[in-house]
Amino acid sequence: MSDTTEMTLEQREATIGGIGCSRRRKEDIRFIQGKGNYVDDVKLPGQVFGDFVRSPHAHARIKSIDTEKSKALPGVLAVLTADDLKPLNLHWMPTLAGDSQAVLADEKVHFQNQEVAFVIGEDRYAVSDGVQAVEVDYEDLPALVDPKRALAKDAPVLREDVAAKDNVGQGPRKHPNHIFTWDIGDKGETDQAFSGAAVTVKEEIFYHRVHPCPLEPCGCVASMDKIKGELTLYGTFQAPHVIRTVVSLISGLPEHKIRVIAPDIGGGFGNKVGAYAGYVCATVATIVLGRPVKWVESRIDNLSTTSFARDYHMTGELAADKDGRITGLRVNVLADHGAFNSHAQPSKWPAGFFNIVTGSYDIPAAYVSVDGVYTNKAPGGVAYRCSFRVTEASYLIERMIDVLAQKVGVDKAEIRLRNFVKPEQFPYKSCLDWEYDSGDYHTALNKVLDAVGYKALREEQAEKRKRGELMGIGFATFTEIVGAGPSRNCDILGIGMFDSCEIRIHPTGSAVARLGTKSQGQGHETTYAQIIATELGLPSDDITVEEGDTDTAPYGLGTYGSRSTPVAGAAAAQAARKIRAKAQKIAAHMLEVAEGDLEWEIDRFKVKGLPEKTATMKQIAFAAYQSVPEGLEPGLEAVNYYDPPNFTYPFGAYLCVVDVDRLTGEVKVRRFYALDDCGTRINPMIIEGQVHGGLAEAFGIAMGQELTFDENGNIQGASLMDYFLPTAVETPVWETDHTVTPSPHHPIGAKGVGESPNVGGVSAISNAVVDAFAHLGVTHMPMPHTPWRVWKQCEALGIGE
Amino acid sequence: MNKTAVKMTVNGQAVEGKAEPRLLLIHFLRDELGLTGPHVGCETSHCGACTVDLDGKSVKSCTVFAVQAEGANITTVEGMANADGSLSALQEGFMQEHGLQCGYCTPGMIMRAHRLLQENPNPSEAEIRMGIAGNLCRCTGYQNIVKAVRYAADKLNGQREAAE
Ligand code: FES
Ligand code: FES
Repeated sequence: MSDTTEMTLEQREATIGGIGCSRRRKEDIRFIQGKGNYVDDVKLPGQVFGDFVRSPHAHARIKSIDTEKSKALPGVLAVLTADDLKPLNLHWMPTLAGDSQAVLADEKVHFQNQEVAFVIGEDRYAVSDGVQAVEVDYEDLPALVDPKRALAKDAPVLREDVAAKDNVGQGPRKHPNHIFTWDIGDKGETDQAFSGAAVTVKEEIFYHRVHPCPLEPCGCVASMDKIKGELTLYGTFQAPHVIRTVVSLISGLPEHKIRVIAPDIGGGFGNKVGAYAGYVCATVATIVLGRPVKWVESRIDNLSTTSFARDYHMTGELAADKDGRITGLRVNVLADHGAFNSHAQPSKWPAGFFNIVTGSYDIPAAYVSVDGVYTNKAPGGVAYRCSFRVTEASYLIERMIDVLAQKVGVDKAEIRLRNFVKPEQFPYKSCLDWEYDSGDYHTALNKVLDAVGYKALREEQAEKRKRGELMGIGFATFTEIVGAGPSRNCDILGIGMFDSCEIRIHPTGSAVARLGTKSQGQGHETTYAQIIATELGLPSDDITVEEGDTDTAPYGLGTYGSRSTPVAGAAAAQAARKIRAKAQKIAAHMLEVAEGDLEWEIDRFKVKGLPEKTATMKQIAFAAYQSVPEGLEPGLEAVNYYDPPNFTYPFGAYLCVVDVDRLTGEVKVRRFYALDDCGTRINPMIIEGQVHGGLAEAFGIAMGQELTFDENGNIQGASLMDYFLPTAVETPVWETDHTVTPSPHHPIGAKGVGESPNVGGVSAISNAVVDAFAHLGVTHMPMPHTPWRVWKQCEALGIGE
Repeated sequence: MNKTAVKMTVNGQAVEGKAEPRLLLIHFLRDELGLTGPHVGCETSHCGACTVDLDGKSVKSCTVFAVQAEGANITTVEGMANADGSLSALQEGFMQEHGLQCGYCTPGMIMRAHRLLQENPNPSEAEIRMGIAGNLCRCTGYQNIVKAVRYAADKLNGQREAAE
């Protein structure tokens, strides 16, 4: 009855190509032939271009804007300023955090390169001419660059628009430059842990300002069909459905008249979650002109305006007994949010998931307090390849446990093993209110120690130290929190953070699945198909996966925070299970038995005890459109909206070995061993690729990336000339490994992995660098560990020459 | 601004067009010829996303004016498939070794690797890494790109030996 009846079970499994196999990616075939379709490849009839006039000042009053010369240039069609947007009430837009953000600078500019006017012209070059010709008269104001000065009495007031407000969306404020205070944990209990502690340590830890810098910058094409009153918006959107809702809310266009399309995206890493001024201006421009308008930012625009990450000034303290068992953790943070509180994050908390700061350790008492302030810098921030504020949290605890190890004289692996949450404690409720779903940290770390020959490495280090050479060994034994998220904790604009999948099986047994997420290189077209293939017994090759078109895909909250697998992946499995349940009814009808007499095997239902009586999913698909049992609707499709019961908690144990040249300050990563546990593994090849990529980004952050500002608020080095993106030459070779501890609450036990390597990688590298100096009494060195800074450390220790 | 007529050969086809003197080759290829394989990642010659082959050299087409390419012979990723339409060894290598994720750097990487293998048919890992150092990738961490180039080198060398 079937074309697969002659095959063995293994052959049938292989034909399916489901969960667990390293199948090659479906999306590659277009990319390797130059046939991807990224936003700048979109070319609509009559399309024109737009670009911004940007402020050279970080803080200034706008006295006047003269657009006449610009408008008179050939090819320039229009110039928009805040005054043009005002009648539409679009010169400011609301942020997710309850603040507002200038679309075009309204009377004042608050950071360098802020958008001041939007020039629209026939082509890119005419627009450049037009941008040059706009004349803006500024009155320079003193810039506030150092967040530590933000709350001083005499600090310049940045946001005059909200200066009098006692709340800008996230609770009471204590100064016109103050945004929020957020605290969590039991302060009294924590203070007590410290007052009675045998050992305490304290360290100032700054996580510097960095940028995700995907290779493709942000952009959009907005196209208004004036006859139909319909807006189509193509763009670099990690969350296209949310963008549609936002556009509807701020433009007043009904949501069903808006179609948002995220075509292929050239990397996101958090940069493409937010809503940016360019999207709004292109949309207004197409409504005004009736022609499609394209806006694509330059690399310098990208690095200096659309989102940054981190900029967390943290003070960490640990209390412990004399053996290094942690009894308390205290963290104070000063968060530099830049000019507007426009952080792109879904949680209800101003510091996101920072309270995962207890990490993989069983810490009885902790207290965290975070203050957010305005400065004259680009607004944000975003989570650069992590759940919001998780990398900061993980860096803090992973650094602090090393500081503690040095203080009590315990080995840095041993102190982790002593403090880990034990396997039998899961599900584990942390003192800062998370419920970790599953984990086995001891097994993971021990596996790494064995694999690298840890003892021998420490011996080698001791030898080298005797000879005056610097070698460091760094760990990160991190726990991520991903899969935002349960709607009781997470929402965007009040919309719960579910995700969705709709599957349609065609009569001939192939299928299309549409999801609410959006891949930016993660390979969703391949991995979602694998999940569905396993659940339905149809070959991966016969399942098309589509995302990113709000007219066709079910509503979902998008891809960031490693949420695709935990949330949309779960929706895919659940939708497939609905289909299989219906298929079982049809199979029973076909085979003339009761439903309960059937059992599932790879790609078919079998009658129990009569193995030759089978109905394959392919046969059932045809029957679904031909002869369904009475009372059942024809067709075979399902949709699932999945609201996860909890987050997932992937974890890992990373080890990094570095050699430091004390004469040049150069750090060489000699070995990097990354063990990840992301639960059930859908496609090991793709997981490894994600780990490689995340580690390379972590290497960039730890070793060189930084956005700095001079005292006037001029951004330094916002181009690829200065901003460190590692090339193939500097990037280390990565060794990967894994354990598998499935998530108990996820339909297929998967946890998500894309961001773990960034979270763990930064700490492991930084810890290795500091470890190289540990015997000289050094407990902390601020990132990034550039040769100059490392050499300065050597010089300070008198070993630099 | 006045436009000048330009002629060149792109992927084996003679093409003509008009270009302002300041028009960048990348924009000529993408906007005029519709060859959107080469991408723009920086416009400052750092990222390599716009890499094409021009008269036997890898060039960053964001740093060449279209008028400078007058009479040139250019290959973009769209011209990389074998004569019979099958994937070239490099394209196959990128797919088999998972040498791409978002795909944005890929056309430039493939074009650079193509020239590298012409110059050095049997490169070591270090030579591959050095050879593609002008091309940035934000997704892959390069490890699988190195493997992809090696895959292609092995395949091409095998074919060469078989032919001898
Ligand atoms: S766009 Fe040409 S090198 Fe980046
Ligand atoms: S695959 Fe995304 S930049 Fe290389």
